[in-house]
This record gives sequence, structure tokens and C-alpha cells, in this order.
Amino acid sequence: MRNFQYAAPESPELAIAALGDPEASVIAGGTELLNWMRLGIVRPAKLVDVGRISALDRIASADGHIEIGARATLNDVGEHPLVRTHAAVLSQACLKAASAQVRNRATLGGNVLQKTRCTYFRADAPLPWGCNKREPGTGCAALHGHNDRHAIFGWTDICVATQPSDPAVALACLDAEANVLGPGGTRSIAMTDFHVTPAEAQTDGDGADAAQVETRLQPGEIITGYRIPMRDGERSAYIKVRERDSFEYALVAAAATVMVTDGRIARARLALGSVAQKPWRLHQAEDALVGAEVRRDAIEPAIRTAMGDARPLEHNAYKVELSVKAALRALLAAGGQS
Amino acid sequence: MTPAVARLEPPTQVRLRLNDEAVAATVENRVTLLDWLRERATLTGTKKGCNEGACGACTVLIDGKRMNACLTLLVQCEGKQVTTVEGLAGQDGSLHPVQQAFIDNDAFQCGYCTPGQVISAVACIEEGHATDEASVREWMSGNICRCSSYPQITAAVLDAAKRMGRT
Repeated sequence: MRNFQYAAPESPELAIAALGDPEASVIAGGTELLNWMRLGIVRPAKLVDVGRISALDRIASADGHIEIGARATLNDVGEHPLVRTHAAVLSQACLKAASAQVRNRATLGGNVLQKTRCTYFRADAPLPWGCNKREPGTGCAALHGHNDRHAIFGWTDICVATQPSDPAVALACLDAEANVLGPGGTRSIAMTDFHVTPAEAQTDGDGADAAQVETRLQPGEIITGYRIPMRDGERSAYIKVRERDSFEYALVAAAATVMVTDGRIARARLALGSVAQKPWRLHQAEDALVGAEVRRDAIEPAIRTAMGDARPLEHNAYKVELSVKAALRALLAAGGQS
Repeated sequence: MTPAVARLEPPTQVRLRLNDEAVAATVENRVTLLDWLRERATLTGTKKGCNEGACGACTVLIDGKRMNACLTLLVQCEGKQVTTVEGLAGQDGSLHPVQQAFIDNDAFQCGYCTPGQVISAVACIEEGHATDEASVREWMSGNICRCSSYPQITAAVLDAAKRMGRT
């Protein structure tokens, strides 16, 4: 790892000023960044540590929302009574991520900015194969390689990676917004629109670098926190399907919220994780589920239909069926039927 | 002709409390807490396993919370209280209840993961997660034991929690 300058500003505004240097990176928990630096994925000349900005730790409720500061750790978010009560899906997603000691460092701000677990991407530089994310124009080794962990939605020939974050799936399912601060001031980004698939990046005209575009966060901007709407009568759940029961990334994950009135679904929201480079909302199923009873046979057809436009790669067709079952289980669990 | 030189970043002075003693260190910004503990503070109890946050052998307490020392830069520890496995026993050498429980339950074979397991267990008990076998397995999953002493480790954590009145 090459050496770097280090700054630890004490306010978000000072952090933005320090990030004016185009070779600077933000560090919070460091659970991703230090590993990227070891692999040569990034080589920042300067790290701007947001660890002393205690104003960004806060978890509180305000005018019908839960507000969570970007520096709140995954354990703090997952175990917070407000989050457990009003956003169970986020609590579960946080506590099913990583390990207890990683979760004491990893922050909710940094977590959604983690990079794909694609093994062709996460290798020591120089890479012996093509990866458009690491080096635009070199191809995608996973496209016709070992792609059992890769995307079934939103991929193109330039990149088939998935976004592995658990909390991001819960935040997208909850219609949360990220509060963003940059040189131009503050703005908010819907978490359903925060991440970008390669297909979207290419449509947006990001050219040769499209595989490197993963979020709508602009250079010099930081996430300062999130706003999550609290909805009376709504319940939620997170299902993470993986090859071991703890400290493992998802094969497929599903987040669900549901409000039930007189035994029927008044409103449901569903989001899948690890199937695309963004949390994948099943809007078609959400619409079709209104009026259905919270019963396996009543809800499975809507979910199965919504999965109809999945495009599996050579080795990951299993993710389509796994997604149907994970979404079904998440919705049943949210509705108290598991 | 001037020879090319690598750009030298100024070192940073860091003040922290290490096992209840005030220490100051002047280090390159890129030095991790793990490397500093082992190479400069000569506290080699904290082990370097994977160096990427996957094994838990380097687990230490920072301000009382368990964290991976390999995922922490020393410069991020300014003003913090760091506790390593060397800081658990009493001044007179009397073992911490978790250390004693690991011995009594044969909770190790090669021993390489043990310092991280012990530190992690201290925190796991303090957090209130050492309530039953399933909870211990879930909340100790960040500490890998390649000898697979998991049944004994789980028993030791529950035994220590019991001795400490924390179950």
C-alpha cells in the first residue's frame, strides 16, 4: 500500500473542503477501503477521515422519519430500538452483514458504497484477465467465466457484477433517502435510485468508463445520513440466503414490507439483493399483490411473474428460483406468517 | 540530473491509551493498528491471520468495542483506548475469567486464533450476547478457528459468562 496524506476534519463542511483534492478518498470504518488499497483497486494520495465528525453518529426520529447519521455503525443501527421497531428489515439486514467486530467499524454510510465480490474484480494488481471495472476496455472475464454469483438483472457485456450490500436492499425497500453533501450544497437521493446498473450507466452515456460507475454519488460528495419514513401498521423482514449461516455474503437476499388490512395486503414492497448492481425492486409484484391474502399460494404467482424478465448468465439460473422463494419467505415473515 | 524520489508524506504523531498506559507513536499514515502493535509496540499476542477482516485473529477492543486491528489505521486511534489480549490479566498475573474458561474447556488446539477469540468473547459477554449456544455461535462468527474447536470455544464463552454472572 503506498503512503498517503491524512486529514481528520471535525465537521462535514471541512471534510468537503478536504475532498476538493481529486486524489482524495473518504475513510470511515475502513473495512472496504483498506482492502481496496491493498489490492490496488484504488490508490488515494490523501485520506479524509470522517471519524471525528461525531454529529454524524446520531440515530433519532423526527417528523415521521427515522434519521440515521452516516457514521452510525452496522451494530449500532441493527440494535437500535427505533430501527428494530419501525424498520425491522434494516435491523435484520445490518445484523446479518459481516461479523460482530467488522460491524463495530463498518458504517451505514460506507456500507452502501462497498464494491462487488466478483473474484475477477477482487484480485491483486496487475490482473491476469480482463475487468472493465478495474481497467476500462479490457473486457469482462466473468461474462463467460465463473459467473454463478453474478447478476441476473441490469447487466451488459461490459460488466455482470452485483452489489453485495445487505443494508442497501433494506433501505431501497423502505423508500429511504440518502442525504448527500458536496461542494454545491446538500441534496437527497432515493435509495432505489442511488446505485446504477451497467445498463443504466451505458444509457446515461458514461462511455468507456461505464463499468466503473456504480452510484449516483458525484466526486467530492459524501453521504451524511439517511431518512427512512415510518409507516404505522407496516411490518418488514429480511431474508438472506447464503452458503453458511453467518459471516457470509448472500447468494440472494430479499427485503419485504407489508401492511395488512382486514386480512389482505394494502401495500407491499419487495427488494432483492445480490441479483443486480443495485437493490432490485419488484414493482410489478408490489402492484399485483394489493388485495391478496398473506398466503403462500396467493402471493407466489405475482412474485414469479415479476421475475419473468430476469436474464440469467450461464451459471446462475438458480438465482431466479432462489429469488422467488426468498421474496416469498420475506413477505410471509413480514406478514407474520413464517 | 536530480534522481527521482518517492514522495514522502509526513509521519503523524498519535496519542492513545494502550492497555491502560498512555503511549505516543510517530508513524507513517498507512500503518495499521495491527502492524504497529506487533512490530513497534512489541505486543505480539494480537495475531495477523488474513489481514483483510475475514478471520478475527487480530481482534482488539477499541474504546471497549471489539474491532479488527487489520482494518484500522493507527492514525484513526488518536485519543482511543486500545485493549489487547496482553491487557486482560490482572497486575498479579491472575487470568481473566474468559482466559481461565478457555483453559478449563480445552477451547483451543494450535492456539493461533485464541487471542482474538478471547478478546472477542470478552466483548460478546459484555454486549449481552452470550446467552445460549446459538447466540454465541452467531456473535462469535467473526473468529475463525481452522482447528475447528468451535464446540469447546462455545462452551468456554458460555462458561465464562456464567462465572461472570452475565447469562
